[in-house]
Amino acid sequence: MRFVDEYRDGGAVRLAAAAIKAAQSRPWSLMEICGGQTHSILKFGLDQLLPEALTLVHGPGCPVCVTPLELIDQAVEIAARPEVIFTSFGDMLRVPGSRESLMQVKAEGGDVRIVYSPLDAVALAQANPTRQVVFFAVGFETTAPANAMSVWRAHELRLDNFSILCSHVLVPPAIDAILGAPDCRIQGFLAAGHVCTVEGTHDYEPLADKYHVPIVVTGFEPVDLMAGILACVKQLEKGEAVVENAYKRSANRDGNPPARALVRRVFETCDRAWRGIGVIPQSGLALRGEFAAFDAARRFDSSHIKTEEPKECIAGQILLGRKRPSQCSAFGQQCTPEHPLGAPMVSAEGACAACYGYRRTA
Amino acid sequence: MSDEAEVKPVDPSQWSCPAPSARVDTIQVAHGGGGRMSQKLMEQVFLPALRNPALEALHDGAILSLPPGRVAFTTDSYVISPIFFPGGDIGSLAVHGTVNDLAMCGARPLHLSAGFIIEEGLPIASLQRIVTSMARAASEAGVTVVTGDTKVVDRGKGDQIFINTAGIGVVPDGVEIAPTRARPGDRVIVSGEIAVHGIAILSVRQGLEFETEMLSDSASLHELVGAALDVAGSYLHVLRDPTRGGVASALNEIATAAGVSIELEERSIPVNQAVQGACELLGFDPLYVANEGKCLAIVAPSHAKAVLDTWRRHPLGRDAAIIGQVREEPKGRLVLHTRIGARRVVDMLSGEQLPRIC
Repeated sequence: MRFVDEYRDGGAVRLAAAAIKAAQSRPWSLMEICGGQTHSILKFGLDQLLPEALTLVHGPGCPVCVTPLELIDQAVEIAARPEVIFTSFGDMLRVPGSRESLMQVKAEGGDVRIVYSPLDAVALAQANPTRQVVFFAVGFETTAPANAMSVWRAHELRLDNFSILCSHVLVPPAIDAILGAPDCRIQGFLAAGHVCTVEGTHDYEPLADKYHVPIVVTGFEPVDLMAGILACVKQLEKGEAVVENAYKRSANRDGNPPARALVRRVFETCDRAWRGIGVIPQSGLALRGEFAAFDAARRFDSSHIKTEEPKECIAGQILLGRKRPSQCSAFGQQCTPEHPLGAPMVSAEGACAACYGYRRTA
Repeated sequence: MSDEAEVKPVDPSQWSCPAPSARVDTIQVAHGGGGRMSQKLMEQVFLPALRNPALEALHDGAILSLPPGRVAFTTDSYVISPIFFPGGDIGSLAVHGTVNDLAMCGARPLHLSAGFIIEEGLPIASLQRIVTSMARAASEAGVTVVTGDTKVVDRGKGDQIFINTAGIGVVPDGVEIAPTRARPGDRVIVSGEIAVHGIAILSVRQGLEFETEMLSDSASLHELVGAALDVAGSYLHVLRDPTRGGVASALNEIATAAGVSIELEERSIPVNQAVQGACELLGFDPLYVANEGKCLAIVAPSHAKAVLDTWRRHPLGRDAAIIGQVREEPKGRLVLHTRIGARRVVDMLSGEQLPRIC
């Protein structure tokens, strides 16, 4: 398939692996920030081709994984209301809240539907004027423009039966939190290519300076990932620490200006809790005051629901790269994709689920 | 007042009868009640399409004489939505699915039963279309529908129509097909491009559009099975149609049942471009997507080439390929050699594949 096969070419990947080996003189630890990259690395087995002294740490870039438990509980409560059509991207449905998942709400009669675009949820609201349509707006900078567009569209259409339950998160503040942690062992970052396609790379420059780490914008296909790793290793070997774009066919320094403008028109930054990590200052997006009418948490008064994270899950340590999934005593024992204790075991992009699915004694 | 009340002459030709018209064009609860309306449905819809002596006896059950051999017996229920989809419908699927379950036992499929659970309000024309399609699929597969049942449920208690079919077939002497027979060294053959049915259904459900319409691969596989048995006989060890859960789930089950490992070569697995594109878009892995007209065979190495060649000569097996082989270790695991030369486990899914956020 064009534009896919050439980036999965075994010969090109092996060449890049040889170049990485030749470039590396001592051990390095890199974090791939995005869950899509983690998934790709384990699915294609890229880590098996890398030198042993190169460690890839799986970062917190899976929106399903970092959505706080209490937000899932709020979603569950809203979705169970008879007047509500609750819409979501597919992989949020299986995430366990403290008592139930959205999948269970659906089984008990809640009207929970998978949509492929938040604009489909707006269309549902138009088609069902007597029902309240709620969209579960989670994700990083990649999904923010489409989610902003849904609110903007509902605003233009003056829909009073559409709202979003919003838990948007941002990558640069998370990198800041990881690098600022006292025992941080990450020496270089592979930044998420599609996040940079939307937002550009400006925001990473102060981080590369402040912590003196190379940050390489990296894609998701095997050849892209190897190119990102090679660029990062080369910088580390030379003692450089700059923002470098190894995903030029998609990302550039300025991102997508119309998309960014729309996101800023509808959302503003806010402090946001990350599941397993805690509150990271200015790491989230919330609806601006003038769009507060589209805030589902306000419309259904669900923000009083507060939930504590279970203690046995070390999701935070894993998402911060302090521990590997296999170092968790619950991994593959009490915690499996059928009975996940924490979110990284739920989504295919979660570090724990990816390791569980692809890595057990191959 | 009185001058307004002008009395019109009575015209009996304009009278209408308040009793319901006998013409009914949707299924009603009474159609499942066993009375006159049930009988009418039998006479007007089921019998004309499915006619055969056993069914026409209209007995409580069919009385059949079977050729010699062991009897294979299977059942499956069909609840697909939408009931009409590109490349088939719930009727043809209900025949293909059960015929294939019999064929995967190494049996020659002979007879089916058909149980219909219909939601009231289904247009009779739709039922007619479904039953006609069943009849065509049955005749193509050389099977007869010999007994059946119809129940009607209240609106909202079903999803238009559900069909259960059970089937019997006869396994010839000398044929031993079982998942436990997979042996280290055996080759794994797939009869064509995978994941077509699942993606065709999903694309209608979600309104995804492709340059060319994607048709379900729903088909009866008994001829492919017959051809493989003709050339490989008892060297044909395992057959499986990878329906729900796809190729990955079917091979995982076989690896577990036989206590062996199965290794797949990613680059050998036939996936067409449209399916691959849809999977990329939705975040699906074609290895887990359903097929309704594909067959997996696990064959002794000495006879693998013969099965491959005979399948490739059949219209349903044109794109057949050897995709892997059976190994000793790691037992119970399906392993994939990725196209970049690494190895990874292909696990069972814990549930359905769900489209990803990004």
